Amino acid sequence: MSILRSSFVHAILLLVIAILIFKYGIHPPIPQSLFLLYLIITLFGIFLFVSSSEETWKSFLSPIHATLYDPRFRGVRAVIFIVLPVLATYLVYLRVQPKIEPPAELRTIHPAPPDTISFRNGTIKLQGLGNPLRGDKEHFQEHVNRGKVIYFKNCFYCHGDGLNGEGHFAEGLNPKPANFTDVGTIAQLQESYLFWRIAKGGPNLPTEATPWNSAMPAWENYLTADEIWSVILYLYEATGYQPRKWEQDQ
Amino acid sequence: MRKINRKVFFIFSLLFFVILLGSAFAQQPAGDQPMEYRAFPYIGSRQIMWIAAQLHLMFAAFILGVPIFAVIVEFIGFYARDPMQRLRYDKLAKEFTKLLLIAFSATAIWGAILTFLFITLYPKFFNYLSNIFSPTLWIYPFLFFGETFTLYLYWYGWEWLQGEKKKFHLALGVLLNLFGIAVLFITDAWTTFMMSPSGIDEKGNLVSLWKAINNPLWMPLNIHRLIANIVFGGSIAAAYAAFRFLSSKTEEERAHYDWMGYIGNFIAIQAFIVLPFAGYWFGREIYAFDQQLGITMMGGFLSWLWIIQAILIGIIFLASNYYLWIGMERIPGAERYRLYTRLILLVLVVGTLVWATPHSLVASLEEARKMGGAHHPLLGVLGVMSAKNTAVNIMILSTFLSFLFYRRGNKISRVSWAKTGVVIQGLILFLAAFIVVFYGVRGYFVEAIVRIGYSVYQVLAVLSAIILTMILDIFMLRNAEEIGPIRWGKMPPRSQYALFLVAITFTWLMGLMGYARSAIRQHWHVYGVMRDTSPEAFSPTLGFAADMVSICVLLFFALVFFIFWIGHLGEKTKILEERVEEEVEGITTAKLKGGYTA
Repeated sequence: MSILRSSFVHAILLLVIAILIFKYGIHPPIPQSLFLLYLIITLFGIFLFVSSSEETWKSFLSPIHATLYDPRFRGVRAVIFIVLPVLATYLVYLRVQPKIEPPAELRTIHPAPPDTISFRNGTIKLQGLGNPLRGDKEHFQEHVNRGKVIYFKNCFYCHGDGLNGEGHFAEGLNPKPANFTDVGTIAQLQESYLFWRIAKGGPNLPTEATPWNSAMPAWENYLTADEIWSVILYLYEATGYQPRKWEQDQ
Repeated sequence: MRKINRKVFFIFSLLFFVILLGSAFAQQPAGDQPMEYRAFPYIGSRQIMWIAAQLHLMFAAFILGVPIFAVIVEFIGFYARDPMQRLRYDKLAKEFTKLLLIAFSATAIWGAILTFLFITLYPKFFNYLSNIFSPTLWIYPFLFFGETFTLYLYWYGWEWLQGEKKKFHLALGVLLNLFGIAVLFITDAWTTFMMSPSGIDEKGNLVSLWKAINNPLWMPLNIHRLIANIVFGGSIAAAYAAFRFLSSKTEEERAHYDWMGYIGNFIAIQAFIVLPFAGYWFGREIYAFDQQLGITMMGGFLSWLWIIQAILIGIIFLASNYYLWIGMERIPGAERYRLYTRLILLVLVVGTLVWATPHSLVASLEEARKMGGAHHPLLGVLGVMSAKNTAVNIMILSTFLSFLFYRRGNKISRVSWAKTGVVIQGLILFLAAFIVVFYGVRGYFVEAIVRIGYSVYQVLAVLSAIILTMILDIFMLRNAEEIGPIRWGKMPPRSQYALFLVAITFTWLMGLMGYARSAIRQHWHVYGVMRDTSPEAFSPTLGFAADMVSICVLLFFALVFFIFWIGHLGEKTKILEERVEEEVEGITTAKLKGGYTA
């Protein structure tokens, strides 16, 4: 049987191709956690590929069987039985050796908002709340322009002039500021959620939402409610996204 | 009959005792202050409640799911023209029911344990819930009694209600299911009330019992659990058949359990195909009821569970397809479709990769800097629902295609329009895939609420394609030429391990999703109404939750294995008794004839 027809060779080739794609085919490179996740799923798929018919399964097992039992491969067997434990030891060493960088973080991107929040001296109910300035069709553009000015006075240093989280201070922050142009940020959220995050920032997160690192200031100390709503209008207008509506508004 | 009476009496005495004790205990103040919580030694109250509730739920899901398809199988047998087929399906339905019988007592026992723990560890909370739902607590045991009694009649009357009386037996099966569904719906009312309380005033006092029952999440959970129970029951029954297949001594036995495993898996997968839609509806209603619940579930600390869920569902899809593909090896003529099954495998793997891609990645500082943040600029696109809905719908279509190839493996259509039929089927499936991808891509360019609505079009496209293609297939394969019979029993052992994998993965998934459903309430017993003030009113880490779910799954399978083993012992005793009877009969006949010499 030609070596190219061997299922074992097919499996190895598929694995190599998958590793090359996941490691070098995606730019910028993906984190190790995702690489491992992809690799495990692919390995499972490859196993199903070689074992889903008797013919391919026998072809896959044949070189393994020969290596383990055939007297002609005694040398190869010896090498494998030395190399595998050494490799495993090295991997364990890599895993347990002390690292100076902080461990990878499982961060919650969207902490759950409370039903009501305090705002200055009053209380605001977030559930079902829409942007009060959105209905003001007559002065809509004025509100957007005002929001733009506020954004460039206060927010753009971190969130950037492209609203993509690439402001001047962005590199100094971890995690980096939110990228509003990403499909998974403001495009997924109601405007009341943005109001809450802008008003309360990182310091005033409810306990159930922590730990959630954020350098975002609590803007309720500097901006009025109308100013915050104006910025929100600007964010949606500038990115071209529509805020998520409440189900009852439909 | 005495045995059954004793069993029924035992179960119901236990239930009534629990309820009476519950009412007394829950209303009894300890000293001057009413007791709010008690601590369970060593492992803690929450952990013991978790285990008891999860095990009760798993057994309950099994005993509610199995009767649904046992009766369907019995109906198929009843309407079969071929007497052999009729007998075969009847035997299979009976075998499914046998599993039920054994699992029923376990369900009741775990239910009793759960109630005892509830009363003793969370008396104030139990008191509150029983105040709201007291009429349902009275009705519930009677429904359970009805279910148990009907099951015993259904099982022990199997041989008696044959022939002309078979219709009564089938009616009993339907009644058994009606009782089961009613029991499920009542418990769902209690569970969903804790998430989306309704029918109460601002102080939490009952205003309308019906509104408390018919709360916003009641019907979505009813439907979701009903379908999930069928999947669960099917997968456990298939795993049982796999176990029996692997331990079979004869070809005949192997053939029977191979067939039983196939039917179990078939039922599980058919129901599994619609399960994501029901789950999506449930999730959407949670979001609609309360934004905080919705975000905690999908974007908050529980969001990582959905990545694990995607991997687990991917495994279920892959393993069930794999079982079908190996099964095609024993179907003469099915080798024609091998190339297509390879392509389906590719689609399923890619679908799982897409589905399992998180939106925010777990990355070290250096990795995050290279990506420019926690979101990957390219793969971040796959992390949102548009991509995931598209992936799951395409995976469902692919699984259906696998089933279609399996079904027509050894058949050649005799109808004149067979080729046109295949082309039309291909076009329908292609159109459905196109609609799914179209709305998936378009979802990125519209506002969120419109995007959510697109999932309905995707689901409708897939379901319509499945129904239309299946109808065409039935007509095309009517009186089809058979290349050769299916060689039942000629399956390699690894195919049976795939059935185990499906059952274990589904059980684990059920535990994990149950945790997600419950954990979104966070520090509330009844969301927004009754706060959890116990020392354990914090959300456990996901790792801890995964450990707890794993413990529950291990315990469940250990118990299931024990129960099946007991059932197997019963069979052995029966065979032994029959042999003894035959021998005694032989001896007596020989004696009567005067030919027996000691």
